[in-house]
Amino acid sequence: MTALDVLGFSGGALLGHRLRSALSLTGVTIGIAAVVVLTALGEGARRYVVEQFAAIGSDFVAVLPGKVETRGAIPGLGGTTHDLTLEDVAALRREIAGARHVEPVVMGTETIAAGERRRQVLVAGVTADFVHVRNVSVRRGRFLPRLGLDRGAPVAVLGASVAEELFPGVDPIGQVVRIGGRRCRVVGVLTARGQQLGMNMDEVALIPVATGMQLFNRSSLFRILISARPGVPLESLRDRAHEVLIARHREDDVTLLTEDSVVSSLSAILGVLTLALAAIATISLGVAGIGIMNVMLVSVSERTAEIGLLKAVGASRREILACFLAEAAMLSSAGGLAGLLIGWLGVRVLVGVFPALPASPPAWAVASALVLSVAVGSVFGYLPARRATRLDPVEALSGR
Amino acid sequence: MIELDRLTRTFQLGDEEVHALEDVTETIRAGEHVAIMGPSGSGKSTLLHLIGCLDRPTSGSYRFEGRETADLGEGELDALRQRRFGFVFQAFHLVGRLTARQNVELPLVFAGIESGRRRQRSQEVLEAVGLAHRARHRPSELSGGERQRIAIARALALAPSVLLADEPTGNLDRRSGDTVLDLLGTLHAGGLTVLVVTHDPRVAHRAERVLMMEDGRIARRIPREGLAEALAHWGIEEPR
Ligand SMILES: Nc1ncnc2c1ncn2[C@@H]1O[C@H](COP(=O)(O)OP(=O)(O)O)[C@@H](O)[C@H]1O
Ligand SMILES: [Mg+2]
Repeated sequence: MTALDVLGFSGGALLGHRLRSALSLTGVTIGIAAVVVLTALGEGARRYVVEQFAAIGSDFVAVLPGKVETRGAIPGLGGTTHDLTLEDVAALRREIAGARHVEPVVMGTETIAAGERRRQVLVAGVTADFVHVRNVSVRRGRFLPRLGLDRGAPVAVLGASVAEELFPGVDPIGQVVRIGGRRCRVVGVLTARGQQLGMNMDEVALIPVATGMQLFNRSSLFRILISARPGVPLESLRDRAHEVLIARHREDDVTLLTEDSVVSSLSAILGVLTLALAAIATISLGVAGIGIMNVMLVSVSERTAEIGLLKAVGASRREILACFLAEAAMLSSAGGLAGLLIGWLGVRVLVGVFPALPASPPAWAVASALVLSVAVGSVFGYLPARRATRLDPVEALSGR
Repeated sequence: MIELDRLTRTFQLGDEEVHALEDVTETIRAGEHVAIMGPSGSGKSTLLHLIGCLDRPTSGSYRFEGRETADLGEGELDALRQRRFGFVFQAFHLVGRLTARQNVELPLVFAGIESGRRRQRSQEVLEAVGLAHRARHRPSELSGGERQRIAIARALALAPSVLLADEPTGNLDRRSGDTVLDLLGTLHAGGLTVLVVTHDPRVAHRAERVLMMEDGRIARRIPREGLAEALAHWGIEEPR
């Protein structure tokens, strides 16, 4: 008996029960569609984050207070952690030859008001060099003035939407805003950039770092960003900054991240998330498999006499096993193909609704969905098929 | 061709042993036409199944074409059923979703015969049973007699040497039964060994000899000579 004959015989049996076959394969269809859509979502989230990072600019080392360690305390909450201070910034500027800019950042949320208009806004205390480190530019006016590290000034640069909301139809340059009760003169407006890694640069107000430290009454910086001179590798910059800060703090209580390490760790986290989603979807395939097993058991018991007849005309156990396994595998792979199609449509709908999300199922997920769908039929079809081969032909034929 | 020596088949029914066949010794030569008769439960079907290698004896010896079947492996028994025996059942056992032709081709498919040859052979046997014109019909569209003739065509597909028929006319009206019996007679005349289990005296009257079974044993052997008288004597008259 050739493989084609097996498929023909089994396919004919399936077509003999169209409705039942169709119903039993919907489980697989749903499972495979779920694998496709969920992994596409996970993969979309991962790519989204990676792309967002890429948009920030990649040539800096970020220093965070506290040590990010899986076994350690949450950064910033450890009692012995030293503050990250403006003196640290000065020391880094002095001692790292390969650093182009060493940029302090302090952050807080404050109310910003202009006349009667007011709103909450993310306020970042930075220096004039911030434009060189982060991927931002000034659309109107100037950026923050160049000041000594510890010198404040009552000036602010507004993000594009903040400026638009506070001063609709009015030129904001030269206007006065109140940030957390302090009067600041608007000197510039940023070019609209949109969302960048959970931080919408259109929704911020930038002020001099010393002013920010006072405003938020903070002793520690949120970040120090260090950019490299041309030709200086980020790793050596990171290691050098690490040495300087360990020497100053007399212990290793800072975290240094390069964009690569941030992206790769986030990407890894989201990769695991995608896998977890795939695993959940796979569970539904197990359920689908039981559905197939059930319908195959019904099929075997309905066709007892037919199986007895096959034995009588000399069919071997292997051939009978092959026919019933093929039947189950055809069912589940037909379900799998339908699932791929529906999953693909689902992803198209998803992308239509959330155009920003670069959702597409990873190739490994599509490939394993196909393999899985055939496997589901073969594995769950095995028990019924084996039952068919074990039927006693005489009893099968006599309907006993 | 078929040599049975103290063939016994015992079934275990719970604690009880059912002796479906006990110490049956018999020889059937190639080309014979034998009817097996006897009351219900006397072991006729069991005997036929053992001869057709659908079942294995509990004890005793069965030599087919000189070879002891107890020594044969599963694959060899499959091959014997495929190539040497053709089965015909009271309930026809046609596959409902397949057409008459596809039913006839079923043994050919499992024997690995390629489709051109398959079609040619199924045409031959369909013509032999006089149903070539019904080839595209499904069993549900055929009369009982036609179904049994299709089943016979299927049994003939791989040109067996023995045809084993278990009450082939049991589900048929008299006219269709006659057609089927005529067909079996023709096949026998063509050289086929035919074994028919039957309750039907008309079937027995067409056979060359009759084995009368009782309680798992062959109670009487009625030879070709004087078959009519013996059958009459035992109350098995050919109905008019
Ligand atoms: N698979 C089986 N299990 C138990 N008993 C069986 C089985 N097959 C046949 N028998 C018993 O064996 C005896 C002979 O059965 P069978 O050969 O079918 O008789 P017949 O065909 O002459 O009517 C009966 O008593 C029957 O109940
Ligand atoms: Mg019987």
